[in-house]
Amino acid sequence: MSDNTGIINGINGNLLQVEFENPVLQNEVGYALTGELRLKSEVIRINGTRAEMQVFEDTSGLSVGDRLEFSGELLSAELGPGLLTQIYDGLQNPLPELAEKCGYFLKRGVYFDALNKDGSWAFTPVAEKQAEVTAGDTLGTVPEGMFSHRIMVPFRMTGRYIVEEVAAEGEYTLKDTIAKLRDTAGKLHDVTMLQHWPVKIPIRCYNERLRPSDPLVTRIRIIDTLFPVARGGTYCIPGPFGAGKTVLQQITSRYADVDIVIIAACGERAGEVVETLREFPELTDPRTGKSLMERTLIICNTSSMPVAAREASVYTAVTIAEYYRQMSLNVLLLADSTSRWAQALREVSGRLEEIPGEEAFPAYLESVIASFYERGGTVRLNDGSIGSITIGGTVSPAGGNFDEPVTQSTLKVVGAFHGLSRERSDARRYPALDPLESWSKYPSVVSGDDVQYARHILRQGNEVDQMMKVVGEEGTSLDDFIVYLKSEYLDDTYLQQDAFHPVDAATDADRQKYVFGKLVKILKTPMTFEDKEKARHFFQKLTQITKDWNQVAMDEEDFTKLDDTIGGMLAEVTEYV
Amino acid sequence: MYKVFTRIERIAGNVVMLEADDVTYRELAEVTSSQGSSLAQVIRIDGNRVYLQVFTGGRGVSTDAHVRFLGKNMQIPFSDALMGRVFTGGGLPRDRGPSITQNMIDIGGPSVNPAKRIIPRNMVRTGIPMIDVFNTLVESQKLPIFSVAGEPYNQLLARISLQADVDVIILGGMGLKHDDYLYFRDTLEDQGALSRSVLFIHTAADPTVECLLVPDVSLAVAERFALEGKRVLVLLTDMTNYADSLKEIAITMEQIPSNRGYPGDLYSQLAARYEKAVDFDDAGSITVLAATTMPGDDVTHPVPDNTGYITEGQFYLRNGRIEPFGSLSRLKQLVNDKTREDHRNIMNTMIQLYAAYRETMEKQAMGFRMSPWDLKLLKYGELFEKEMMDLSVNIPLEEALDLGWKILAECFEPAETGLPTKLIDGFWPETHTATTEKTD
Ligand SMILES: Nc1ncnc2c1ncn2[C@@H]1O[C@H](COP(=O)(O)OP(=O)(O)OP(=O)(O)O)[C@@H](O)[C@H]1O
Ligand SMILES: [Mg+2]
Repeated sequence: MSDNTGIINGINGNLLQVEFENPVLQNEVGYALTGELRLKSEVIRINGTRAEMQVFEDTSGLSVGDRLEFSGELLSAELGPGLLTQIYDGLQNPLPELAEKCGYFLKRGVYFDALNKDGSWAFTPVAEKQAEVTAGDTLGTVPEGMFSHRIMVPFRMTGRYIVEEVAAEGEYTLKDTIAKLRDTAGKLHDVTMLQHWPVKIPIRCYNERLRPSDPLVTRIRIIDTLFPVARGGTYCIPGPFGAGKTVLQQITSRYADVDIVIIAACGERAGEVVETLREFPELTDPRTGKSLMERTLIICNTSSMPVAAREASVYTAVTIAEYYRQMSLNVLLLADSTSRWAQALREVSGRLEEIPGEEAFPAYLESVIASFYERGGTVRLNDGSIGSITIGGTVSPAGGNFDEPVTQSTLKVVGAFHGLSRERSDARRYPALDPLESWSKYPSVVSGDDVQYARHILRQGNEVDQMMKVVGEEGTSLDDFIVYLKSEYLDDTYLQQDAFHPVDAATDADRQKYVFGKLVKILKTPMTFEDKEKARHFFQKLTQITKDWNQVAMDEEDFTKLDDTIGGMLAEVTEYV
Repeated sequence: MYKVFTRIERIAGNVVMLEADDVTYRELAEVTSSQGSSLAQVIRIDGNRVYLQVFTGGRGVSTDAHVRFLGKNMQIPFSDALMGRVFTGGGLPRDRGPSITQNMIDIGGPSVNPAKRIIPRNMVRTGIPMIDVFNTLVESQKLPIFSVAGEPYNQLLARISLQADVDVIILGGMGLKHDDYLYFRDTLEDQGALSRSVLFIHTAADPTVECLLVPDVSLAVAERFALEGKRVLVLLTDMTNYADSLKEIAITMEQIPSNRGYPGDLYSQLAARYEKAVDFDDAGSITVLAATTMPGDDVTHPVPDNTGYITEGQFYLRNGRIEPFGSLSRLKQLVNDKTREDHRNIMNTMIQLYAAYRETMEKQAMGFRMSPWDLKLLKYGELFEKEMMDLSVNIPLEEALDLGWKILAECFEPAETGLPTKLIDGFWPETHTATTEKTD
């Protein structure tokens, strides 16, 4: 603790003007003091002897002349075993604990430790005595749920160290010293299982960054097949309100093939987090048979919680993601919504009276967004193992118009774009990804040629549809009409997926390969019909049976039966074998 | 006992500035000039310059007005005596009843800890098929009604509040036409519901700043009732007027607007209010229905747009009907799997077919020949609009579902509906199956 204090000289919303004498740091944390209250805040601009501080709480009741205590530390995340399954606010305050102490409502100025300092962990040493280590190297491990949690040389310890001592196997708390490290000058450093890292600075204790290449299977067909995500990749989901961004992230958080999921609920509805919060402990992770909560961590700074903490929340989330990546795990960070975070930046920028850019967003918006997504990626760690962070952010563009600063800045830096369309969500074609607008730079889980063919049919079908709007059905040839019906068939039975059906909600990669292969074969099959009415009738029937097929598990008897029925139907109109 | 200041340096719009010390942020003050007296609130402090937002507006405030700081934040009385009463946004009686001053509570309190929230679980039955079947309302939901100015949104709000099974109704009127205020009061009274209602009314003729207080006082009172175990329905009309008042203040304070003059924090301001909707685990609940008029029928206008991003769906009111497209209850899936097994499928199928009907209408308007399929859709669309969409239809959910099957069977063969075979076997009305289903 430092005893550096300043005096509040102005209050405008959550922005304070503070006069100080001793040196302060940019982004240093301070506490505004009034009566019994201590309100956490952060230095965001310094001018002469005046610091501008954003307060992470409601500022009612503060007065000019109140003291502000500087902490001498940057806004940091607390890192150590016990983070998983937690529910934190944007500043890593544990919400369940707060609820226990303060009841129904949040209470400003009440801060708890992010990690329990008294609980003990079963430590197994890994590092050898006298070994040379650097920041991020493993000193030992503790089991955290189903993971082997690496206790590492704190990331802030630059340079080389010699391991003088490592604790023997046994139970230790986060306060206990588990290693003594000697620096090159001969000085000894005590290391515990707990470390702090400033959230706005990326953790860079790795050997090299790799190109993301392995697909991250989400079990959402339209994504994995047409617009895939890669482990260590980045993607964004822009869409108007109600188009299905959150539902898409919720399904992803359940089924995504990764080790750890961090959900950053940033400025959106509290109710949506509650669904995750209440349901995850009950759900089993199909990959491990354990509760889904064991691999999940929630950072929850919802829309009615303080705006400045909302800005901090995405950084807290990505810092924790980096921490687990350092353990050679695959982490998925889902941020909903990055627009709310950008708006938090805009609110502060406005109060600072900075020169505004487009739609009053600050001019540095683009670089802030870029450096956030840059914290995703696949890395080779110092010990040669691989870890990754995949970042998926939703974007909530004003008026649903993608031609706005946040969407545009995001599109420049991500590897996949899952654009949701109002038209599709209004027609209840969920997930409402626009199959013609969306794109991905990552490899699909199914054959690339098949994907090309399906795209081709979707494009053609769309052209026929557009044309039909002008010339009508009677002005359309039967062949064109069949192409249109085929593209609708693919859309209805494969691109659309019922998020609330126990089987249809999640399609694994094997099933996608099988079903998509079959559908593409159907698309490629020449068909003959007497007239359009017959063709339509045939496809309606085929669609219904294929949808029924989607609803039975692959190991059920009906799966093969329906498969055969579809084959049989086709045989009637084609040479299909 | 309170310090009084008598020199106002600047008056702009509803905001006055004076030099004063020992003032706390958000504190209330009383501003008295020859024209009368008004409450005001501290909205900015810069050194010894204090900016006050005057509730009754800056008009008539004199430079030598007496400003007395009260050392407390805005408060509102709370007790059962509020029931059946009408107040202004500032909490003063609007009816002839006595003013209430005991048991004052803060307004704009902190938000509920997300960890304390529960998953909403109770359907609110309204008897309106477009709501009950297609966009089920759920206790603790926050939902706006989007419409253009002339639509009967206040009538719809009144009807839902009377038919819904709730303990307390709180009406927050913002920029309300006096006639509409009387309409609400009289309707509640006629139906015997006034005695379980509290009205906070700001009419178009009242000062702007009081409009800003209406949601906060309404929701603060609602929160207290909910904590006492009551199921509370809060009606807010019209939130666009509220947003416009925010805009007015922001412009007076020379804030940089983000979009069409609205302040950059419009989203956060609206969210702070709507997020008061809650279902308490071992107490009552708050459900919020709000009218949001769309200037120029434009849903991308900042007010409906920001609202849509905050609320749990929306009802579009157009041509006196709840429009099936765009209208959405996002919480419906939490309850509609417990109503009847065919509920979800009927909901989806009927809307998809109605969408196809709309496309056919377009084709027809362009003079294209109608295929047999088009003709079926046309028949369906007309039946759907007449028997389901019309707001005068008032039937329980189960009857509405049966009606849905009947309409489908009158227009289509089972396979054309795309409904799962299992449901068709169970629900397709007998007479029609026999005559129309072909064997394959
Ligand atoms: N895959 C889906 N399957 C079925 N229904 C869906 C699906 N996706 C979305 N919906 C429906 O749309 C509603 C809104 O979806 P969601 O909350 O994900 O929208 P959003 O894009 O996150 O909106 P906002 O920007 O306002 O947060 C859901 O409550 C649900 O009713
Ligand atoms: Mg959402």
